[in-house]
Amino acid sequence: MRVSNFFTNFAASTIDGLTQGSIYALVALGYTLVYGVLRLINFAHSEIFMIGTFATVGVITALGISTPLSGIALVGFLLLAAVVAASASGVSAVILERVAYRPLRRRGATTLAALISAIGASLFLQQLVSLRFPDTLSTTRVMNKTIYATIGTGLIRADKVLVFFGSIFMMLLLDRLVRSTRFGRAIRATAQSADTATLMGVNIDRVVMLTFLIGGAMAGIGGMLYVIFFEATSFFVGFVLGIKAFTAAVLGGIGNLRGALLGGLLLGLIQEYVGSVLGAQWKDVVAFAVLVLVLMFRPTGLLGESLSKARA
Amino acid sequence: MSEDSLLALRGVTMRFGGLTAVNSLDLEVRRGEIVAVIGPNGAGKTTVFNMVTGVYTPTSGDIVFDGNRINGTRPDLVTKLGLARTFQNIRLFDNMTALDNVMVGTHARHTSSVVGAILGLRRHRAEEREGRQTAYRLLHFVGIQGRGGTVARNLPYGDQRRLEIARALGTGPQLLLLDEPAAGMNPSEKASLAELIRNIRDSGVTVLLIEHDMTLVMGISDRIAVLDFGQKIADGPPAEVRDNPDVVRAYLGEASSAS
Amino acid sequence: MNPKRPLRGWTAPRAGSVDRMAARWRALPRWLRWVGYLAIFVFAISLPNIPNLGDVMTPGSSWQRVLFYPISVYVLLALGLNVVVGYAGLLDLGYVAFFAIGAYSMAILGGKYGWGFWEVLPVGVGLAMLAGLLLGSPTLRLRGDYLAIVTLGFGEMIRETANNLNYLGGPRGLANIPPPPSIGHISFLQFSILDPKPYYYLLVAVIAVVIIMLKRLERSRVGRSWTAIREDEDAAQLMGVPTLKFKLWAFTVGAAVGGAGGVIFASGNNAIQPTDFPFILSATILAAVVLGGAGNIPGVILGAFLVAWLPEAARGFDQYRVLVFGGSLVVLMIFRPQGLWPSKIRAEELAEGEGGIDRLGAEVGTVRAQSGALDG
Repeated sequence: MRVSNFFTNFAASTIDGLTQGSIYALVALGYTLVYGVLRLINFAHSEIFMIGTFATVGVITALGISTPLSGIALVGFLLLAAVVAASASGVSAVILERVAYRPLRRRGATTLAALISAIGASLFLQQLVSLRFPDTLSTTRVMNKTIYATIGTGLIRADKVLVFFGSIFMMLLLDRLVRSTRFGRAIRATAQSADTATLMGVNIDRVVMLTFLIGGAMAGIGGMLYVIFFEATSFFVGFVLGIKAFTAAVLGGIGNLRGALLGGLLLGLIQEYVGSVLGAQWKDVVAFAVLVLVLMFRPTGLLGESLSKARA
Repeated sequence: MSEDSLLALRGVTMRFGGLTAVNSLDLEVRRGEIVAVIGPNGAGKTTVFNMVTGVYTPTSGDIVFDGNRINGTRPDLVTKLGLARTFQNIRLFDNMTALDNVMVGTHARHTSSVVGAILGLRRHRAEEREGRQTAYRLLHFVGIQGRGGTVARNLPYGDQRRLEIARALGTGPQLLLLDEPAAGMNPSEKASLAELIRNIRDSGVTVLLIEHDMTLVMGISDRIAVLDFGQKIADGPPAEVRDNPDVVRAYLGEASSAS
Repeated sequence: MNPKRPLRGWTAPRAGSVDRMAARWRALPRWLRWVGYLAIFVFAISLPNIPNLGDVMTPGSSWQRVLFYPISVYVLLALGLNVVVGYAGLLDLGYVAFFAIGAYSMAILGGKYGWGFWEVLPVGVGLAMLAGLLLGSPTLRLRGDYLAIVTLGFGEMIRETANNLNYLGGPRGLANIPPPPSIGHISFLQFSILDPKPYYYLLVAVIAVVIIMLKRLERSRVGRSWTAIREDEDAAQLMGVPTLKFKLWAFTVGAAVGGAGGVIFASGNNAIQPTDFPFILSATILAAVVLGGAGNIPGVILGAFLVAWLPEAARGFDQYRVLVFGGSLVVLMIFRPQGLWPSKIRAEELAEGEGGIDRLGAEVGTVRAQSGALDG
């Protein structure tokens, strides 16, 4: 345990924390959206993310990329991968909802029963992928990880910049969507009161489907960024990251979209800072500890608002 | 505040956000009384019960029970102090037998716990015995003896209401709060309920009830408090209240018949 | 009955025939029932010794070994989790943590410091209970699904910590965990690495003791309070039940049983590693409890048996095991979501976002977040 490491590596921790944290934030959006609308913890959301990573690997393989891209090719790849990953994850999420949750909703099952179903679905998806891909998959580097600047021991690298700003961009997009479109309003109305929303002509099933679609798409893009950054994935990649993303959602205030962003970034930073002192192998424990502590002492999270309130 | 005041609400207000459910209520229940709280729907009656039993904490004012200020006290502790209630929508433990339901009530007075149960300690066995006897006695008292072994959700409606009362009595209360005990009953059941309530009072338990049925209320109450929009608009013996113009006005348009 | 929430009783009418059998069983005179229990006990003890049974049940692996682990260990764990989930109605996704604490206690105290099995057992159980208490105190107020995730987090923390600390053996784990002392010269109670049978017998005895303990709890103020909490927590509290205290007790008792299982497992397995305590084990034990009909002892035992035995019996299909498992959970929930948690309070609290206390008949329109949930 070296406290001095904290200071020496402060810049690096900050940069890396923000980078990782933005992936958490993207995935956290899915949890927070579904929770805001259905009061359900979509345990299988972690596998939706995982599917996004595999979809990205698929694109890389299909395009036969063997050397890092740049310029137009890179942009093209990013757009394509984003669309593919978002679609793969989004569609998977919608199917998941249809198969594992909707029947329960129809029968008025308790949300705990839905959670169990979610766990089952999560395990199922994990193992389904593992049948085909039992080992870790590595990919070739798709972009040059040029270092733009160094601050202390921290490197401001192209991929980190992409991940961070890419996530922020997606979140701004989502924020816009929820605030200014009909869909967004429908989502917020449903989150506040499904009964009233129905009376206003909102099709709840449609809203739920949309919520899963959007949340899934965000996770898919998170998956794409993950693969670009880590250059590897496995069927199990969703488990821990999913818990962390959920932690981020709770930390920021479950049901609160901005909370997801704040929570994600904050969690990323906390992990890195504590990790620099205790050692990298403790990062996961730190994340779990944050989860346990937040739920113990401040379950409403930092921002505490819910999706139902006017400001998403 | 008289010596035999058991429950006193002084200036009690309950606000939920912008909505004031109960506004500066003064209410007193003396030992041995049967007091009824009536008023149109939405007048805040059940909210009063919820505040008294610790479910809500009053926004302001004092609730004093048996000399103790009980604002915001945890519900199970309030029950241990001697206050028990029934519910507007029956809330029995549906999958437990009638006897077990009442026994849960008796457990409020017990202390034996996991260790006692596992080891079969003497106090545990004594409390079990006592609880069971009390439960049988109470089932008899409310008139559903012989139904002890029936699962609560299989009981006919009237018996369920009685069971709820038995369960509440199991806690050994000084004050019993009944929330619309006659709802859904036919006239003969109501008559029998009236007698039960009198028997309860005669056994030493003070009664505070919320009720819509005027015949019942007029027939058994010593005093009636009338609430409208969260405020008390009348408080006195039945005859007085019945002729009170404010009360009549509050009920204007409402069927104030014995339904 | 609260008309808004149709009742879901999970001790609810199971198939009539099971009910009738159960009723007939209970009607038998006490001594006859004890004879029955004894017969079951004798049957259990004889299981490893029935010739050729192993070839049928677990072709390709040692039946005696499988009886010890996973079968009887899972049965014990399921009985413990049943207290938390079945009796008190709390969802615990990190039950494996208590199992791990017991196991590591045995590994450290027995393996490193040479303590005897019977000395470690109470310590392991005590540590697990302490953990249950520490985890439960601040979290048992939480709503159902939050509690589930917190326990999950806790379980993962324990595993990761064991993985990271060299003192606890790190990823390699710990070995040389001593067996319990052999008892006299009784042949079937000679504990050694070679023979799983004595460990199995030990577990059967422990399971019997635990069952007696659980039955006593069921029929006491404690058991009734748990049922009341499960049925309608707020009404229970208003009837004087100290709900937090009893929820904590459920957690602690469950933890104790889990810890005991861990101590015995470590001792019998001789070595343990962090990978022995993954989340999937928590999920598996939970499935055993749910499958068997949470709350009902014979059902839970059967559920645990099935969940432990089936994958062993179908060894060739190992890779599909979790797949089938996951799929069955989903299917089970679709077709039998009732039969789990009848507590209308849970449904309400989950629907509202806070305790369901608002619904106590108050005429005031709830200003707090209305149900945006599964009512739609």
